[in-house]
Amino acid sequence: MSRTALAGWLFVAPAVLAIAVFFAIPVVGALAMSFTDFDIYALADLKNLRFVGLGNYETLLSTPLFWRALANTLILVVIGVPLSIGASLGAALLLNSKLARWRSFHRTAMFAPVVTTLVAVAVVWRYLLHTRYGLVNYGLGQLGVDPVDWLGDPLWAMPAIVLLSVWKNFGYNMLILLAGLQAVPEDLYEAARIDGASRWQQLLVVTLPSLAPLILLVAILTVAAYFQLFAEPYVMTQGGPTQRTVTVLYFMYEEGFRWWSLGSACAVAFVLFVFMFVFTLVQLRVSRRTAA
Amino acid sequence: MNGRRRFLLASAGLACTSALAQQRTRLKFWAMGREGEVVRELLRDFERDNPDIRLDIQGLPWTAAHEKLLTAFAGDAVPDLCQLGNTWIPEFAALDALEPLDRQVAAAAIPREDYFEGIWETNVIDGRLLGVPWYVDTRLLFYRRDILAGAGFDSPPRDWSEWVRMSEAIKARNPKEFAVILPLNEYEPLVALSLQQAEPLLRDGGRYGNFRGEGFRRALDFYLGMFRRGLAPPANDTQIANVWNEFAKGHFTFYISGPWQIGEFKRRLPASLQDAWMTAPLPGPAGPGHSIAGGCSLAIFRRSRAKDAAWRVVEYLSRPQAQRRFHEMTGNLPPRRSSWSGVLEGDAYARAFRDQLDRVKPAPKVPEWERIAQEMRLVTERVVRGDFPAAEAPAELDRRADRMLEKRRWMLARAKA
Repeated sequence: MSRTALAGWLFVAPAVLAIAVFFAIPVVGALAMSFTDFDIYALADLKNLRFVGLGNYETLLSTPLFWRALANTLILVVIGVPLSIGASLGAALLLNSKLARWRSFHRTAMFAPVVTTLVAVAVVWRYLLHTRYGLVNYGLGQLGVDPVDWLGDPLWAMPAIVLLSVWKNFGYNMLILLAGLQAVPEDLYEAARIDGASRWQQLLVVTLPSLAPLILLVAILTVAAYFQLFAEPYVMTQGGPTQRTVTVLYFMYEEGFRWWSLGSACAVAFVLFVFMFVFTLVQLRVSRRTAA
Repeated sequence: MNGRRRFLLASAGLACTSALAQQRTRLKFWAMGREGEVVRELLRDFERDNPDIRLDIQGLPWTAAHEKLLTAFAGDAVPDLCQLGNTWIPEFAALDALEPLDRQVAAAAIPREDYFEGIWETNVIDGRLLGVPWYVDTRLLFYRRDILAGAGFDSPPRDWSEWVRMSEAIKARNPKEFAVILPLNEYEPLVALSLQQAEPLLRDGGRYGNFRGEGFRRALDFYLGMFRRGLAPPANDTQIANVWNEFAKGHFTFYISGPWQIGEFKRRLPASLQDAWMTAPLPGPAGPGHSIAGGCSLAIFRRSRAKDAAWRVVEYLSRPQAQRRFHEMTGNLPPRRSSWSGVLEGDAYARAFRDQLDRVKPAPKVPEWERIAQEMRLVTERVVRGDFPAAEAPAELDRRADRMLEKRRWMLARAKA
């Protein structure tokens, strides 16, 4: 090995070591554990540990709650991600508009939910969504809509969680997209205007293509975040009513830390990993094709 | 005082403390929630009388306590002495983490007969005593006297049929409100009703579920009947947002809850309603019924090297005097009958608890129980919400319970072989 190569390895050694110790080894350990029935009895005595091969995965795939959790999570991703990015983009466009007044106030206000602690937010939202006294139902009542039992009706609990997560998280992507908008050169808009493009056309042919790489980034990050949604149902509904708001991560938390079935919790983690990996690959493939 | 004398005194003092420090036993004591906050004060006299023990008390939040204890066990960092919810004892017994206390109890002045039978029983696993009850908890009825009187009844229900009759009368007077609240995210009410039956919830030494048994079917049918007749709202806690507000508004008349709620009701209900509520023993199928034996025990870990010191703390905290003081500080109810004499006997709200505590039964003592109870709650919630046929619920519950008990059956079979 040449001196420079050695120096290079030495420089990356701390990072490689940290990744190995805190990432690679735990992941391999978790994969190994997912082939066992590690539980409270095995914690007492390793002789109680049984190797079950793919048993955990088989049980998992035949557990209705797992499929429900997966379906719930997919609903979240499919509805939540576009809504979230749409809200972020809309807010960023509004903030970037030349007509906007008190821009920094609005920017702070819309970013505030991101930095507010979720527990406090949950308390407020629980009141907003209250069937009898909630502001949301009051508003709907003014429009002549019957009160909705947001957190108690199996049909509406998930939309309520989606609403909360979108509201809580859109500010973050908004800042990223706003930075991207500010970097779009003004002459492009000028040229478009000279060619007679309307505002809508300017958005379609100038703004969105310029933002495309950022939107892809934001989409990948948001999909990953929504796949791993846990805290919102945890504080709002504890997975209820009738487990309609159990997400895959919530399911894994219960298996692992509540019931201490670490073997099957690890299996859940790997199944979720495979899903996210495939989803991200598809996203990349699609975006590459549209770019080409 | 001149400088030389002061120096001498100081060095003598230093010598004393270091000599003491060598003899002093360090005792790590974990307690949860409110108990963790008051236990230091409670043990102040004990510390004064036992200078050879240095108490290291750590408070844990309830929400993290279970996880923290299991992690501590895995990481070989358990405390010497710990407050344990008595439903957790089977689990820690499976880990073989706890020190049997039969010998100490026999030698000490702790009369077993003085404790409420069902509560003591929760600490006995396979014939060995693994904890000493510290305070008790059970579930019974909190009710609105004024609403009940308005419907024409001057005493609370004693059995199931009376309970239904009163609830229907209340509902008839005010059809927009409900008579009972059975939050769908709590399994305790249904467990309490099931424990009133002669048949156990698990059979063959905790190897299989017994939900298809006649006893559970009867309890389930009564429970579901409350919803079917429109006497209880199909709602969970988060939907109600504030139980005390709703209780004050008369949204429901009967509420099944535990002793901590006495303090909450006194604090949170408006002054005008303070004479309008009362507690009553849980009605049973025929006359006053059983309820759940809950609460917390003090347990010593097997790996502790300060077991004698830990036992002295347990003994101190088990004295009626210490238990009465503990009650004054926290509102927790004492597990010994003799600790109840005095102030507690005069407390009108505690009286029903005193009565109920003579009729409490432990939930099945297997580590998997909490998970099975959770499944029971989930299936019944689906039945109440019309998502699952009621007739198939017992079989479904047995199927789920048997699957969870598979490892236990394997362990028991192997131990036998």
